[in-house]
Amino acid sequence: MDKVIIAENLSLSYKEFESIISKASFSIDAGSFVFITGASGSGKSTLLKSFYGAIEPRAGSLVVGGVKMNRISTSKLNYLRRHIGIVFQDYKLIKEWTIEKNVMLPLIISGYTKEVSGEQVDKLLSHVKLGHQAGKYPPELSGGEQQRVAMARALAHNPILILADEPTGNLDEYSSQVIWNLLEGANTQLKTTVVVVTHHIPEEMNVPFKHFHIELGTIHEIA
Amino acid sequence: MKSLKNHISLIVALFTVLFSVQIYVGVDRTIAAYETRLKNDYSIIVVASKTLTPVEFKAMDSLIERSESISVDQVLERLEGEMSKKNLDLLRLTLPKFYRVYLTRFPTPDEIGKLQKRLQRNSAIQRIEGYSQTHDTVYKLMLLFKDVVQLFSIAIAAVTSLLILKEMRLWQFQHAERMSIMALFGAPVWLRSAVLFRLAIVDALIATVLLCLTFFAIDQYGWMNLLLNTVGIEIKLFDFLNDSLRSLLIALGVAIVLTLTIVIGHEEEE
Repeated sequence: MDKVIIAENLSLSYKEFESIISKASFSIDAGSFVFITGASGSGKSTLLKSFYGAIEPRAGSLVVGGVKMNRISTSKLNYLRRHIGIVFQDYKLIKEWTIEKNVMLPLIISGYTKEVSGEQVDKLLSHVKLGHQAGKYPPELSGGEQQRVAMARALAHNPILILADEPTGNLDEYSSQVIWNLLEGANTQLKTTVVVVTHHIPEEMNVPFKHFHIELGTIHEIA
Repeated sequence: MKSLKNHISLIVALFTVLFSVQIYVGVDRTIAAYETRLKNDYSIIVVASKTLTPVEFKAMDSLIERSESISVDQVLERLEGEMSKKNLDLLRLTLPKFYRVYLTRFPTPDEIGKLQKRLQRNSAIQRIEGYSQTHDTVYKLMLLFKDVVQLFSIAIAAVTSLLILKEMRLWQFQHAERMSIMALFGAPVWLRSAVLFRLAIVDALIATVLLCLTFFAIDQYGWMNLLLNTVGIEIKLFDFLNDSLRSLLIALGVAIVLTLTIVIGHEEEE
């Protein structure tokens, strides 16, 4: 099976500080669903950041989607990010843009025509049940709705990998369930690899998943 | 409202830069026109022991445009009542030849000095009057005026450029979140900064149009031209085709360079 992420003796740290992750070796299969858990400050978000190049490996090697992340050039990083969908706890939507344009962002960046982008955005907004809100702006929506917009944006360009950093951290139970369903759907229907950083794994998961736990800077796979 | 305020700040700053440049260009144009007028009026007087032809004069220095002989008849006519005809004839024969020499352009004081030395090499030339004292004063005054305006324009341009840079930093701060989000989805720098560039270009265009309108109004009102006409100068204070094009290029240049400075200096949020 193809590997989407391969880490060998990976160490991560912020500048000169002590390593947050040290000498971690693991891999993530294409099409799999992975949870990364750990206590606050354990380094799980830092690890996720390294997957989209916001932090560079201090030692060891990390390959994401076939791209080596050590000393990665800006153009290569941009290329990789155009094939990744990211979901954040604080949604990171552009407040001055409509919901429609926010979802369209990855398609604009990838250079799709307006027609193609428009169709795809309509489809996705219907999928996340926000088709009627397309012309609204993020501050006009609830937290759950904003996270659904972020999910639609993450899926817009058919990414090979979805990275989600505490995607339900700010949501109520109902909205959280909607987000989990969307992530499961992306994994089962689109065969997209999903990596989720979270404190709690939902009790009812309808897809098989891998579970990595971070403790004291080391990563363990939990069977 | 906030966005409009930001636009106005940049437009005013760009307009100030363009206005100071245009004022400098206007002064330069005025001084050039005044130099031409001075050149046309200015001549030096040469006294020679023998007749010198215009060709001989021109061969002496490339600065000499033409020469004309000054008739002594008028002077002698005044003496007719006081001297006998015989003495007047004798005087006419012994009087040296007077020439008025015109130059190709208005000379610097140095050029006048060199010209006088060259003319003096000719043994027939007895005396040269360059009116250098008067000439020096006028010329130095003009240069001083030009330098002061130039310094003033540079100072205004420098101060307003700093203001623009500060304004752009505010813009960057306002757009930082959007730029960071776009970066997370792999947008190249030019796409992330497209909004900044678009705003800068639009403001540069507006500032140029405002400058054109201002100088059009000055031209229509006519008081500036009237003022220049009183000192015998006729110039186009604002050449709409060339000056508006130059102003547009300057405005775009300043706005784009400063936007680039901001964009390059922007660090991606982790």
